[in-house]
Amino acid sequence: MAETTSTSTPAVGTPWTPSQSAQNSGVQPRPLWDRALPFIGPVMLFIVWDIAVRFGFVKAILLPLPVDTIAALVNGLAGGPLLNDFLVTLWRTFQAFMFAAVIGVPLGVVLGSNERAYRSVEFLVDFFRSTPSSALIPLFMMIFGVSDINKVAIAAFGAVLIVVFNSAYGVINARKQRVMAAKVMGASKWQIFKDVLIWESLQPSFVGLRSAVSMALVIVIVAEMFIGSDSGLGNRIINSQQVMNVRDMYASILAAGVMGYALNVFFLMAERRIVHWSGR
Amino acid sequence: MTEVINGLVYAEVPSPVFKPGPAGTHITIRGLTKYFAGWPLYENFDLNIPKHKIVSVFGPNGCGKSTLINMIAGLVPIDAGEILFDGKSLKDTKIGYVFQNYREALFPWMRTIDNIAYPLKLEGKSKVEVDRRMAELVASFDVKFDLNRYPYELSGGQQQTASIMRALAPKPEVLFLDEPFSALDFEMTLFIREKLQEVFMQTGTTMLLVSHDLEEAVYLADEVLLLTKRPTRVAEILHYGDARPRTLDTLSEPSFIQMKKRSLEIFQREVRR
Repeated sequence: MAETTSTSTPAVGTPWTPSQSAQNSGVQPRPLWDRALPFIGPVMLFIVWDIAVRFGFVKAILLPLPVDTIAALVNGLAGGPLLNDFLVTLWRTFQAFMFAAVIGVPLGVVLGSNERAYRSVEFLVDFFRSTPSSALIPLFMMIFGVSDINKVAIAAFGAVLIVVFNSAYGVINARKQRVMAAKVMGASKWQIFKDVLIWESLQPSFVGLRSAVSMALVIVIVAEMFIGSDSGLGNRIINSQQVMNVRDMYASILAAGVMGYALNVFFLMAERRIVHWSGR
Repeated sequence: MTEVINGLVYAEVPSPVFKPGPAGTHITIRGLTKYFAGWPLYENFDLNIPKHKIVSVFGPNGCGKSTLINMIAGLVPIDAGEILFDGKSLKDTKIGYVFQNYREALFPWMRTIDNIAYPLKLEGKSKVEVDRRMAELVASFDVKFDLNRYPYELSGGQQQTASIMRALAPKPEVLFLDEPFSALDFEMTLFIREKLQEVFMQTGTTMLLVSHDLEEAVYLADEVLLLTKRPTRVAEILHYGDARPRTLDTLSEPSFIQMKKRSLEIFQREVRR
């Protein structure tokens, strides 16, 4: 990812370009077999799945053929009704995540830079972070009613604490020596905060954001299943199950998996781009 | 009856009279006291550090060599005492500090050039002034690597060179060096040692160097400050006067060997005490 490090700090003078030697030195082209390794697991799963259905180890009414499922997934996402539910769930997750990020990161950074303040709310953060958010669904129904806001609100609540916790610890555990280096150069408290602490907290904040988006997706799906809903992947999964449309149910489950995996990959890539110094 | 009525409840301890150091003193340390976990590390410690000289601090393990320079640099709070720079307090004094662990001293989110310019930006210098100073530094350090890279893309020696450039950028009165070579390989140690000597000969910046390598400590020093075991006192201050620039040949001069031998004797006497 060295070629994508041109974000954050403004360049002084000529922009930096990756050296050829650093990129190519000692890296031999990997044999085809090595590059195929990641596909072995999924292919084996599909073969086992196919055999299990074809030879009747599992009733076809409980498990459709993998080919049919994939076809349903692709057709559904290529403009079918599944696409609409997929987008609705993605939108709700995004809203919940944005609330969590916009509130959680600044709150965590501020709490973390004042350790006494953080210690005084640490128990609350840890307690509600450990409470399964789904246990709070009825409470949120009382407050927000059976609405769209409810699903977003509860997912945001579950996600925000994870973000606060990680950002606060990022600031608290900032490398002491970097803070000392800034101090000895005569930086004020505010300058240390904006030039060192915020940057030091970026990497843990990203860990928090990545966990938060996964948490938001989980809660949104659960909320769509059980809080009177007429759209979203959770709603689609439970409706298909009720009418024994297993092919559509599996396709929806896989669609939820696709979303979760893609969000994770997206955040990992964003982290590597923005926190380019991480792990070096 | 010889009972004393209304006697003194406490005895007034007169505060010690401030005694200035000899002419040419830069840093005056008086009555420095520092406790660690209830035990005294420094108690009523007095020291004069001369101006335009390199002072190497050497002593037994745990005697607080680094703590001493950290207290002078204001990184470790002191329990009592006074530290003055030409009669001024620390906050009116520009200092530079080079850490042993360059990896955790530079800011990896800034390009190396921005790291070096950072103390100038803190001072609110204009872009023109910053650029001029950067050009000066690059010329005097004869930098051969690309300063537009991020620190983690440089070798250890290059990163430490950048740390020293950053410390020198605002033209500090005093440069503190806390074991600046101990994370470097031998080749880089030699290189940076020469650079420091060059800078010193050009600018005459007062330097305080902590080292665990006696040869290094003596090689750069005008004065070798030898400390005792804790509670730490000054064991002896040795003056080493060989002319600069000192070179690799200096290492085999009789005067150098004599100085090293003398330092080692004092060191061993203090360790065994």
